[in-house]
Amino acid sequence: MAYSDKVIEHYQNPHNVGSFGSSKEVQARKDIGVGIVGAPECGDVMQLHIQVSDAGVIQDAKFKCFGCGSAIASSSLATEWIKGKTVDQALAIKNTEIVEELSLPPVKIHCSVLAEDSIRAAIEDWKKKNGHATAVDTHAAHAR
Amino acid sequence: MNKTRPLYLDNAATTRCDPRVVEVMLPYLTEAYGNSGSRNHAFGWEAEEAVEKARDQAAALIGANAKEIIFTSGATESNNLAIKGAAHMYAKAPEGQTGRGHIITALHEHKAVLDPCKRLQKEGFDVTYLQPPADGVITVDMVAKEIRPDTILVSIMWANNEIGTINEVPAIGKLCHDKEIIFHSDGTQWVGKMPTDVERDNIDLLSWSGHKMYGPKGVGALYVRRRKPRVRLEAIVDGGGQERGMRSGTLNISGIAGFGKACELCQHEMQSEGERLLKFRNRLETELAKAIEVTQVNGNASKRVPNITNISFGFVEGESLLMGIKDIACSSGSACTSASLEPSYVLKSLGVGDELAHSSLRLSMSRWTTDKEIDYTIASITKAVLHLRKMSPLYDLYKEGVDISKIQWQTH
Ligand SMILES: Cc1ncc(COP(=O)(O)O)c(C=O)c1O
Ligand code: FES
Repeated sequence: MAYSDKVIEHYQNPHNVGSFGSSKEVQARKDIGVGIVGAPECGDVMQLHIQVSDAGVIQDAKFKCFGCGSAIASSSLATEWIKGKTVDQALAIKNTEIVEELSLPPVKIHCSVLAEDSIRAAIEDWKKKNGHATAVDTHAAHAR
Repeated sequence: MNKTRPLYLDNAATTRCDPRVVEVMLPYLTEAYGNSGSRNHAFGWEAEEAVEKARDQAAALIGANAKEIIFTSGATESNNLAIKGAAHMYAKAPEGQTGRGHIITALHEHKAVLDPCKRLQKEGFDVTYLQPPADGVITVDMVAKEIRPDTILVSIMWANNEIGTINEVPAIGKLCHDKEIIFHSDGTQWVGKMPTDVERDNIDLLSWSGHKMYGPKGVGALYVRRRKPRVRLEAIVDGGGQERGMRSGTLNISGIAGFGKACELCQHEMQSEGERLLKFRNRLETELAKAIEVTQVNGNASKRVPNITNISFGFVEGESLLMGIKDIACSSGSACTSASLEPSYVLKSLGVGDELAHSSLRLSMSRWTTDKEIDYTIASITKAVLHLRKMSPLYDLYKEGVDISKIQWQTH
């Protein structure tokens, strides 16, 4: 399968790779939301760390990803898109927008879903830590 | 190295056709285009001569008699003819009934063996699929334990196409002969690479394919034993009665001529080639293990054909790894590379953990593989794995000392 130039660019020079500390460290920090989605058995795991201000603005984001090139590109792109957004704005990002931006073929749509899921999971985690109400269903209506 | 085309290390999928083979084939497409079935003119005789020469060459490669070679379109067809043909011929009950006979094969066989067996199950045959051990080697004891009074056929491949492991074929053949059970082996990844003697090795039916041994695609052979015991098969393709009625259809003369030449070349070159490729394989494995922590060679370390290695690089997903080494053509057992999004069933059947199956690469070499290509491959893989580990959440967890298999993942 041929990859789009954008996927290749993200693969070679991924944006915002990293974390804000070990799993223990980030667990203890209230300003950090952690989202880990997927499972190694499925061939993909995405980890997103977001740093959120008291006003609910995502100031910084870091990702790590075990998955195909499209999954890496999706998470790299997701970190770019959510930086500077409020959590509500970030929650509005749809996987279909990622698909479009990266020209992902149909078999790679689930890789973009993973990126959307990781955003939701990280925000959920931040909300929980800070006593905000959380959505019941993190997996609402994906276009797959 | 060629700048525009990737370096080719996917020879277990298919090989380049040897130019010496192509040379032999060409006249049968241009001037000598006769049908070997035309008995009354020179065009036909010429074609027949080519086919009989190739039959001799194929037989010589495996220690058989030329009369025991049936030309087919490849190993898939040979396996189908061997398995369905033998099952139907030796069935213990007529069509439409159950209890038609018992067949033994293994879970990590090629689909071209597994799917014919599945079809036979639907037709009323019983099939036992042996679970391979962690090293992938099917032993004679494993087969012996499953033999029943109604066992009619055992089909165990000689060398596995994903991990290169070698099953105990001569011993399994001996067991089958003692018990008067037909023994078939899919020799696609073995014949032409390793010395083969159907008498010494107790084979009744042996499949192999041209394009895995520097011959053309779309041509293969099935060895069918003619004495002690005489094995009979029910044909799948009926028609003009070619190939002693076992495989009707006008013969692929140029393909068969090329196949024969490929067999001859392999017979002469397999030893020196095997020694060279074994050195390459060992170098790939030891140097990659030295450069990269948490690597694992899949399958038995020593009972393997020299041209194939299958290595898992922990914490790195296979398709992204292929992307990082895109100037090397090879394959991965990762789910992301397969249309079904399932990781390699071969690695899974060995009990290789799922994440290591996703992290696997198969590198398979050929008679044209060079020292320089091996150096380049080691350097590229190392670079790509290290690049990806910087991005891998699993590698972080490993570094933190977390047991990945104990984590409860949130799946969707
Ligand atoms: C072990 C084995 N059996 C059968 C086949 C099928 O061979 P062919 O492509 O000639 O039908 C292959 C190759 O894909 C193989 O590796
Ligand atoms: S992560 Fe498996 S296909 Fe993208």
